[in-house]
Amino acid sequence: MKELFPLKQVMGFVFSLVLTAVALLVYFVDMSFALGMTILLVTAFVQAMLQLMVFMHARESEDSGLILSNVYYGVFIAVVTVFGSLLALIWGYM
Amino acid sequence: MEFFERFAIPHPSPIIYASMVAIGITLLAIVAGLTFFKKWGYLWREWLTTVDHKRIGIMYLISALLMLFRGGVDALMMRAQLATPDAQLLDSQHYNEIFTTHGVVMIIFMAMAFIIALMNFVVPLQIGARDVAFPRLNALSFWLYFMGAMLFNLSFVIGGSPSSGWTSYFPLAGNEFSPSVGTNYYMIAIQIAGIGTLITGINFIVTILKMRAPGMKLMKMPMFTWSALITNLIITFAFPVLTVALAMGTMDRLFGTQFFTTGNGGMDMLWANLFWVWGHPEVYILVLPAFGVYSEIISTFARRNLYGYKSMVASMVIISVLSFVVWVHHFFTMGQGAMVNSIFSITTMAIAVPTGIKIFNWLFTLYKGSIRFTVPMMYSLGFLPIFTIGGVTGVMLGMSAADYQYHNTMFLVAHFHLVIIPGVVFAMLAGLTYWWPKMFGFMLNERIGKWAFWFISIGTCVAFFPMFISGLDGQARRMYTYSESTGFGFWNMLSFAGAVMLAIGFIIIVYNIYYSTRYASRDIGSDPWDARSLEWATSTPVPEYNFAEVPQVNSSEAFWDSKYNGHKLFSGKLKEIHMPNNSGVPFIMSSLFFVLGFSFIFSIWIGVAIALLGIVACLVHRSFEQDHGYHIPVEEIEKTESELRGGK
Repeated sequence: MKELFPLKQVMGFVFSLVLTAVALLVYFVDMSFALGMTILLVTAFVQAMLQLMVFMHARESEDSGLILSNVYYGVFIAVVTVFGSLLALIWGYM
Repeated sequence: MEFFERFAIPHPSPIIYASMVAIGITLLAIVAGLTFFKKWGYLWREWLTTVDHKRIGIMYLISALLMLFRGGVDALMMRAQLATPDAQLLDSQHYNEIFTTHGVVMIIFMAMAFIIALMNFVVPLQIGARDVAFPRLNALSFWLYFMGAMLFNLSFVIGGSPSSGWTSYFPLAGNEFSPSVGTNYYMIAIQIAGIGTLITGINFIVTILKMRAPGMKLMKMPMFTWSALITNLIITFAFPVLTVALAMGTMDRLFGTQFFTTGNGGMDMLWANLFWVWGHPEVYILVLPAFGVYSEIISTFARRNLYGYKSMVASMVIISVLSFVVWVHHFFTMGQGAMVNSIFSITTMAIAVPTGIKIFNWLFTLYKGSIRFTVPMMYSLGFLPIFTIGGVTGVMLGMSAADYQYHNTMFLVAHFHLVIIPGVVFAMLAGLTYWWPKMFGFMLNERIGKWAFWFISIGTCVAFFPMFISGLDGQARRMYTYSESTGFGFWNMLSFAGAVMLAIGFIIIVYNIYYSTRYASRDIGSDPWDARSLEWATSTPVPEYNFAEVPQVNSSEAFWDSKYNGHKLFSGKLKEIHMPNNSGVPFIMSSLFFVLGFSFIFSIWIGVAIALLGIVACLVHRSFEQDHGYHIPVEEIEKTESELRGGK
C-alpha cells in the first residue's frame, strides 16, 4: 500500500496550498509594501519551482540533470541581468 | 507622388546612385541568368526549399561571404576617408552611415552567419546525426536571417541607412536626432535576423543533446561540437534581451512610447544597458565557435590529441557564465560610481583567465607535435599572437580607472578589431579552408591560400596597430575627419595601407576559389587532411543522409581511433533511413517577414496587416500539415554508397 500512495505529490500539493495561503496573507494582513512584495516574490518563485519539480516531471526523465542545469542557468542570468541593471543604472549613483 | 517621397534617400550622393544602378543591374543579371539557363526549378527544388543542414550551411556561407565584401567595402571607404587629414571623399553623414552599416553587417550578418554556416555543416556530421533536430526550423532560421540581411542592405538605396553607430545609442537613435527611417531599418532588420538566430540556438542545443551517435557521451564530443553547444546556449539566453530591447526601441520610434527618451520617465542609458547585456555575450557567441575551429585544426595538424580536453570544456562553461556578468565595462564612463565599475572590472579580468587557459592548451598541443603548415594551420598559428595582443589590450580597457583614458578612442577600435579579426575572421577562413573539401569535393590551392594568409595577417597588423598609437594620442573613433595639426595623418595613412593589404588578401581568396574550382583535383578521397573527428568518416561528397549507418563511438577522437587504433565505427549492416521532406513554407514565410519588416519601417500599415495574416496562415498550415518525411530503402543506400566509393 505504501508504494501505491503518491506521498511526494500529496506533500507537494499541501505545500503549494500553504504557499498560496501565505501569499494571500499579503492581502488580508496589514503590512508594509516592501514586506508584501518580498513575500509575494518569494512565494511565487518557490511555487514555480515546486510545480516544475513535483508536478511537471522535471526530475523524472533521464535528462533531468540537463533540464535542471538549464533552468538554474536561466535563473542565474535573469537574476544577474535584473540586479546588475539596477546596480548600474540606479543603485550605483547613490 | 507623396506616398513615394518617403522612399527617397534623404542625403543622396553619386556613390549611392551608382550603387542603385549596380544593385538593379545585378538583380536583372541574376533573373536573366536563371531564366536563360533554365535554373528556376533547380533553384527552388534544390536550394530554396531544402531542409538539408549541409545545403543550409552552404547558403549561410555564401551569404556570409557576400556580407563580408559589403562590410569590407564600407571599411575601405572609411579608411580611405581617414587616410589624409581634412579629406572630402565622404561627408559626415555618409561616414556615419558607413561605420554604422560596417559594424552591423560585419557582426550580425557576416560573423554570425559564418559561424552558423560552419555549425550547420559540421555539427551534425561530427556527432554522427542525419540532420539537425528540427530541419524545417533550420531552413526558417536561414531564411529569416537572409531576409533580415537583405532588408538591412536595402536601406542604402531606399530611405537611407542608419547612422547612429552599430550600438545605436539613444537618444541619438531616437526620432528627434535620427529622423530618417535608417534606425527603423536597424531595429527591424536585426529583429528579423535575430529571431532566426534564436531558433538556431534552440535547434542546435536539442540536436547536440539528443542526436549524438551511440557511445558519444558529452565528454567524448569533438571540441567544435562542444563550442557549438556552449555558443548556442549563450545565444538562447542572450538573444531574448536583444529582442526586447529592439522591440522597445521600435515602439519608441514608431508608436511614441518613452522607454529610451530623456524625459517622461524614460531612461536613455537603459538602451545601452540592454544592448550590452546582449552585446557582451554576443562577443563570446562569435569567438567560442572560432575557438572550437582552432581546437580541431591545431590537433589535426599537430597530429596530437587536444591537450587538456577537460579544461577546454570547463573554460568554455566558465565563459558561458562569466560572459553574462561583465557587460557594464562597455560604458564605464556613464557616470555610475566607483563601486559598480570595480565590480565589473573584476569580472572582466576574471574572464581573461579561462581564455588564457585555452591559449595555453593550444600551445601545449603544439608542443612536440609534428606540425604541418597548411593554410588552416597558418591561420591558427597567426591567430595565437595577434589575438593575444588584442586580448591583453582588452584587459587594459577593462581597468575602469584607465578606461576613462581609452574610452571612445581609436585604441578601443584597435583592440576589438585585433580580437575579432584573428578570433573570428581567421577562424572562419581557416575553417572554410579546412572543411572546404568536405563541402565541395576539392581542396583550395595551398600556395595561393598562403599568399592570402600573409596579406591578411600582415594587413591586419598594419591596419590596426597604428590605431593604438593614434588612439592614445587622442584620436576619437567615429570622427569623419581631423585636422593636419593633430598629427594623426601618418598613422591613418599606415592604417589605410593595411586595409588595402587586407582587401588584396580577400581578393586572392576569391581568386583561389575560382582557380581551385577550375583546376583542383577531384580525386581527394574522403579524408584529405588525415583528420580526427567523425565528419571525415563519411564519403565526399556527403550523401543526403550523411552516414549510411550510424557510427558507434568509443572515444573523443572516434575517426582517428578507427584509423589507427582499431576501433570499429561501422558494423556494415544497413537499415532503412528516414529523412525529412523539403518545404517551401520557410522561404515563403520569411519573404512575408521581409514584407512585414519593410512595411513597418515605412509605417505602411496595410502592408503590415497583410504580411501578418500571411505569416499566421503559414503557421496554421504547418500546424495542420501531415508530413511524415520519406524513407530511403536499403537497396538505394547500397547503390549510392557504391557510387560514392568509386562504382565498385
